[in-house]
Amino acid sequence: MFHKFTKAVAALALTTGLVTPAMAELSGTLRIISDMSNPAPRAIIEGLAADFDAMHPDLTVELEVVDRDAWKSQIRNALTANPPDVVNWYAANRMGPYVRAGLFEDVSDMWEEGAFPGLESVKGAMTMDGKQWGVPYTYYQWGIYYREDIFKELGLTEPATFEEEVANCQVVLDSGRKCYSIGSKFLWTAGGWFDYMNMRTNGFDFHMQLARGEVEWTSDEVRATFANWRRLIDMGAFVDDHQTYSWQEALPFVVKGEATAYLIGNFAVPHLREAGLTDDQLDFYQFPKIGDFPMGEDAPTDTFHVASNASNKEAARAFLQYVTSVDVQTAINGPDGLGQLPVNADASVADDEFIQQGFEMLSGNAPGGIAQFFDRDFPAEMASVGMEGLQEFMVFPDNLDDILNRLESARKRIYK
Amino acid sequence: MSTTTPEPGWLQRNRMTITPLLFLLPGVLFFLVYVISPIIQSFNISLYEWDGLGEATFVGLRNYEELASDRAFEISLWNNLKWLALYLLAIPAGLFIALFLNQNVVGIRLYKSLFFFPFVISQVVVGLVFSWFYLPREGLLNAVITTFGFDPLNILGDPTLATYGIIAAGLWPQTAYCMILYLTGLNAVDPEQIEAGRLDGAKGVRMLWHVILPQLKPATFIAFVVTIIGALRSFDLISIMTNGGPFGSTRVLSFYMFEKALSEYGFRMGYGSAIAVVLFLIMLVFIAYFLWSMYREERAARR
Repeated sequence: MFHKFTKAVAALALTTGLVTPAMAELSGTLRIISDMSNPAPRAIIEGLAADFDAMHPDLTVELEVVDRDAWKSQIRNALTANPPDVVNWYAANRMGPYVRAGLFEDVSDMWEEGAFPGLESVKGAMTMDGKQWGVPYTYYQWGIYYREDIFKELGLTEPATFEEEVANCQVVLDSGRKCYSIGSKFLWTAGGWFDYMNMRTNGFDFHMQLARGEVEWTSDEVRATFANWRRLIDMGAFVDDHQTYSWQEALPFVVKGEATAYLIGNFAVPHLREAGLTDDQLDFYQFPKIGDFPMGEDAPTDTFHVASNASNKEAARAFLQYVTSVDVQTAINGPDGLGQLPVNADASVADDEFIQQGFEMLSGNAPGGIAQFFDRDFPAEMASVGMEGLQEFMVFPDNLDDILNRLESARKRIYK
Repeated sequence: MSTTTPEPGWLQRNRMTITPLLFLLPGVLFFLVYVISPIIQSFNISLYEWDGLGEATFVGLRNYEELASDRAFEISLWNNLKWLALYLLAIPAGLFIALFLNQNVVGIRLYKSLFFFPFVISQVVVGLVFSWFYLPREGLLNAVITTFGFDPLNILGDPTLATYGIIAAGLWPQTAYCMILYLTGLNAVDPEQIEAGRLDGAKGVRMLWHVILPQLKPATFIAFVVTIIGALRSFDLISIMTNGGPFGSTRVLSFYMFEKALSEYGFRMGYGSAIAVVLFLIMLVFIAYFLWSMYREERAARR
């Protein structure tokens, strides 16, 4: 299906004169290293590489797919020794080390020339020091995925405020279930909870100030966040022993109905469906309001970058333009592809209950702003110390003072 | 090779010295390049603040100063000591099993291989098996202790118990290793000495302590060496079973070094190197002891 559609793109591009002469003359080799190693993303990147290769007869596309987690530590070597032309990475602060070390190519000129129509809304996530360093290709929403059937059985509706959320949770607990599944063994899932508790309690702007190290972890605002979070913990809202499970190992709690909801990214949906939950049993709602702030959301964005030591920058730049074009965006983010949100505003969003809801939420109901995620917004070291503290808080909420003091001293050391 | 030269050349005259040197050369070269120079490099990098990409800035001993006040480092150090102390239990346990298996009954080879089995399988598999064994709800351990009326435990989720849980998992293959060392050692025990001991009325523990154990001294030495080394480089089990958690309570120095220098959130090369240097100094104590006692024994043997 994928090949068919790109032929259409190519034909369209040719007829409408979108293809500049320079693009048609691309030659040599384009080397791509991608971290899209899970089965569905892998098929996508292989399709993209094959089609881009087919579109340019003189160009050979070489693709190397690296395990997604391994790539996080391999990218440094890959970019310094014999760098490829195009690599995958993440938006926002996560780009920092490579931007500062001059390993990502500055592609601001392309953004200025309007080479990426429809991407205006995601430009911010690619901007650092006033310049753009790559393009996004997909993003996805976070939010509360819940068991619709159990909510109906208990007579509950999607809550809009934190008070309703807590009241719902009490009903769920009284029915002998847990409110939230979470597996915090690898820590970052606790980061998601903190993002939302803090964004809702203190607003998106405060959350970003904290991420930039401008406010203290021991401030009253942060304490208020933890106090709200603690209400849920003290109720026993979270599944027991979550520090022992990965996020995948925490999925069965939702599938079996032992926990009714899961704050997680949209990537969990295919797993839940595979485990047998139908769209009648599973639904999604935006994390409810706490303080009177415009709501901000987490929507992690995955990206493509040109290596600054690339040997075929011309082809690499053309590839960035190709992956962000309307039709490619529609196709790769469709239900047969990544099942996520296209970054191009003109691309059509897949007809899927969750992707649609996520799209509506992010485009219409996130006036506060779009954050990337705890471990992408905070500097890496702060994120790692921070998430460890968050996990500890979820298990031993009484240690809060100690945890906050530790995070505060880490903040003073890390942001200089 | 030429037989015409009456006078032996320089090479010819010195071949008794040169031949062993030539044989040693490849080994020494590799040792210098892959062992000695990284050690020196680690010392050097530990004096810098460096993310592995950009410029390294010289900070003197500041990384070490930070280590001194770093609680995660302190926890890792203590955990290393726990590993060292408890891992040594593998030696008496291995000896006990070896004595038990050192007999001639039908199928003893099968029993021996069953006991040896955990050492053959990968540490990753051992880690997985034990983490399933410890699972808070479905795990076998909890099934057993709850039938005896105890409260269920979440060993790997409890910061005070998790390290012990991992050490127990590590002891399983390590005991098998020590057992094999002792089994081969027991084969070499001189039956005449046992006979003589028996004539003198030695039995049981006295026989073991005064007659058999002294003859097992070489096996004990090797078991001690491999167990100490095994304890200090415990990494895979921690990575598989807890990933250093819950909240960093099961880290050891090697794992902490990896986290700080090479993991997803790390890339503080200087700080990681400082941890590596500390770990190296700890190991150096043992290495020096082993080398010294080996040297002493060789000298004693030469006399």
